[in-house]
Amino acid sequence: MRIVTVRRISQVFFLGLFLWLAAVTTFGEGRFQARGWPLNLFLQLDPLPALATTLATGTLYAGMAWAVATVALTIVVGRAFCGWICPFGTMHQIIGWLGKPFRLSQRTRMNGPSRWQGVKFYLLALILAAASAELVTGSASRSVTWPVPAQVGIAVAVAILVWWALTRVVRSAARAAAWSAILVAAFMAAGRILPGDEVVVSVDLVGWISPMTFLTRGMGTVVLPLLDRSVGLFFSAPRHSQGGALLGILLAASLLANFVVPRFYCRYVCPSGALMGLLGRNALWRVARTVPACSMCRACDADCEGACEPSGAIKTSECVLCMNCLPACEEGVMTFRTQPSMAGERPVPDVSRRGVLMSLASGLALAPALRMAGQAGAMASPALVRPPGSLPEPEFLDRCLRCGQCMRICPTGVLQPAGFGNGVEALWTPVLNNSIGTSGCQPNCVACGFACPTGAIRPFSLDEKLGRGDFAKAGLLKVGCAFIDRGRCLPWAMGRPCIVCQENCPTSPKAIVLESIVETLREGPYELDEIKGTRVKLRGALLRPGRLAGGDHLLAMAGATAHGLPILDNDATSVVLARPADDASFTPGARLEVRVRLHRPYIDPDRCNGCGICQHECPVVGLRAVRITSENESRDPRRSMGRG
Amino acid sequence: MTDRPDDLPRREFLKRAVRAGATLAVTGAAAAALFDNTPPSAGVGVSPVGPPFRDWSLRDDGPRLAIVTGRDRSRTLSRAIDALGGIGRFVRPGDRVLLKPNVGFATPPDLCATTHPDVISVLVRMCLSAGAASVVVTDNPVNDPDTSFRVSGIAQAVESSGGRLILPREPMFRHVSLAGSSLIRDWPVLWTPFQDVDRVIGICPVKDHVRSGATMSLKNWYGLLGGRRNLFHQRISEIVRDLGMLVRPTMVVLDGTVVMRRNGPTGGSLDDLEAANQMIAALDPVAADAYGATLLGRTAGDLPWLAMASAVGCGTADWESLNPLRAVVD
Repeated sequence: MRIVTVRRISQVFFLGLFLWLAAVTTFGEGRFQARGWPLNLFLQLDPLPALATTLATGTLYAGMAWAVATVALTIVVGRAFCGWICPFGTMHQIIGWLGKPFRLSQRTRMNGPSRWQGVKFYLLALILAAASAELVTGSASRSVTWPVPAQVGIAVAVAILVWWALTRVVRSAARAAAWSAILVAAFMAAGRILPGDEVVVSVDLVGWISPMTFLTRGMGTVVLPLLDRSVGLFFSAPRHSQGGALLGILLAASLLANFVVPRFYCRYVCPSGALMGLLGRNALWRVARTVPACSMCRACDADCEGACEPSGAIKTSECVLCMNCLPACEEGVMTFRTQPSMAGERPVPDVSRRGVLMSLASGLALAPALRMAGQAGAMASPALVRPPGSLPEPEFLDRCLRCGQCMRICPTGVLQPAGFGNGVEALWTPVLNNSIGTSGCQPNCVACGFACPTGAIRPFSLDEKLGRGDFAKAGLLKVGCAFIDRGRCLPWAMGRPCIVCQENCPTSPKAIVLESIVETLREGPYELDEIKGTRVKLRGALLRPGRLAGGDHLLAMAGATAHGLPILDNDATSVVLARPADDASFTPGARLEVRVRLHRPYIDPDRCNGCGICQHECPVVGLRAVRITSENESRDPRRSMGRG
Repeated sequence: MTDRPDDLPRREFLKRAVRAGATLAVTGAAAAALFDNTPPSAGVGVSPVGPPFRDWSLRDDGPRLAIVTGRDRSRTLSRAIDALGGIGRFVRPGDRVLLKPNVGFATPPDLCATTHPDVISVLVRMCLSAGAASVVVTDNPVNDPDTSFRVSGIAQAVESSGGRLILPREPMFRHVSLAGSSLIRDWPVLWTPFQDVDRVIGICPVKDHVRSGATMSLKNWYGLLGGRRNLFHQRISEIVRDLGMLVRPTMVVLDGTVVMRRNGPTGGSLDDLEAANQMIAALDPVAADAYGATLLGRTAGDLPWLAMASAVGCGTADWESLNPLRAVVD
């Protein structure tokens, strides 16, 4: 079998596996549900999220260690992941093939090298620098500190990197070394002196752009919800996706770009590809030309997926091992072997040291700049209600990949990608939106903690969520607290019975408690005209027929302390009482008023876990009269309202 | 005609003129055909109004209320239906039967906030043994539908007993205006599953409910409403009455084996529950509810909708007048 056929089989297999895993990302044990499937397999195989998250947190978390397998594969043979495994790459390749021009010269031009291929390396530098600020400085705010020798090693490595980059800016190598030492020392000192959580912080930006997070998010928040809406494929209720248009446009743009340049994303954008390009620098086997000179027909360049220019000095970091050049060469001089290409090799495309330096500096500056508004601390948006089990905000942002797995698996669809309103660095992280979804955050559910690949939402048990068993002392796992808006609440503001919130509150005893009151209607009082059995005629009344029906309204002597008699029905000028008036003062000429029995809701913050079902069910349709905000969330004691 | 090179050749000019003329004609014709001089009316966007449901009630002279005491739901239910004349009275061979349980919340069966799955399986099997062509089970839960049916155990009960589950989806709702109701006006109602069924049986537990006093057989039909149905809590007695007018079932089963005394209708704790050991099967939902209220220690005066529903002919609140058949199984 031809090597290209083998590669295609591998690609189809992994694309199918990816689609299957995306499809079964629903919580349960059914045939098309999560069961024990490795839902995050591809997110974990991508080495960049693993590396960036490790830099940001100091540990390689659980399943993220699968990335080591990809790293090992890449070190030995180069970017095989890109050409053989990556489902996003396969999609790009398929679309590029659909748009493939017929003429050889056009294809050669399209698949030739471009200076834009360097961009992904700058992105890589930026992401890694943004993730590692705290690590490099050993900042005091870190929850995980590395041993001193490791920190010294990191400092030396960074100094060498800075020196290497500076040698192009500062002509003298010695002066470059001096500058490098000064810069690194100053940065480390700043990390130890300045308040760490404000100035020297890490932020894990990898999820915005790395291929597996980009694709997983697109599937979970756009493609599959569209299928649910149209054919109800995985959820019977339609799924919403906050800001889904932007996510959809980005996914579509990344795929359609292949008509302009095949594998546009892989060649120019993909920072994981850049990382693997660097890791594969010393690959034991590589694509190579066996002779120093050939006829230069450039048939090998025509269908080159990586635009690595196999006809010339091959750019090893760009080769995705598509192997198209092997059968394309009619002279049979292209091969895969241990010796370097006879036509020469270049490890990376045009990447300027200045550019790398700028990207590193930008990355280090980016996190503190993003935090300037204090949105991860004092200025945290009250609307940023995180899923249960979420870490405190700074640690959450160190880990969250914005992959959307929690949103997809959430049975009610209440978890939504955050927009720009909660701080730029929170873009596409999960937030509860109780106005959409089928019913808030369900009490008997642990799906999001189960799905999260990095532990930004740590796995939590039902006992922990409900504060029972071993967790009885810790109490409920709260995501926020409900607040009644008394200016909008029907019984509070408008004299109408309602209490839908109390009814739907799922805790026992309920976190919404009621106060029963009797309020006098503003219309009236009326003069009693005559009584016939249970029917009382009122002079001067002009009532909407049936308005007082249903037993909530009472007829009473004006100003009397007794509540009055329940009204069953009414027409324009008379009311029907539930029983004949036994009150001797009910005589013609008596002044009567109509009252209404109301239950007014109050929140008990000790029992409210912020599930949001009350907000979801509130009949005040726009801005709900009961709303959840992040106060009292368990994850951060600074957000507590204290105990009464 | 001149030969100057910048002159338009006649043939080219004619071709262009014909194309331009055709475009003009199509534009003009389309504009004339689509021209509308009336401004949009205020009712724009309001869905068409369909007829209400058919009447599934049984009007024979047989007994109309059975109350059986016992702990085992399957036995008390079988006994209650036998007392009413056996399942054959309600389901004839070839009938298509719809069961409407209360699947309001995603809570496990032990908490009794939803119809107990045992009651569902027994009833599905009974209907099938009576020769029913199909038995479908549906509801529009408050919580997430997929999860509610699953966590309540009802989905599993339906599947294992040979029934068919219908999860509510948007296209299954139709806007309905109910004659005599001021609330169910142009309102979305779960519609499709009720078409082409010959029998409708409501099955629900007895639960506390602050706003309406109790949630039982009549309020069980709340699950048919779509849209922002919580609006109706402002006029709860009327909506419960109107639901009685909306659905005239073949039979209702009111499960008072374990009743939710407080913290309803969600419950959430075993402390909210109490054993009453009563299984009620009735052709008259108002009578069933009037008896059910006594299990919660409530009177007809606490539940104004009983009298209101009775007044519009949904049944009688005087359950004793039906001479209920009583039995005890242990």
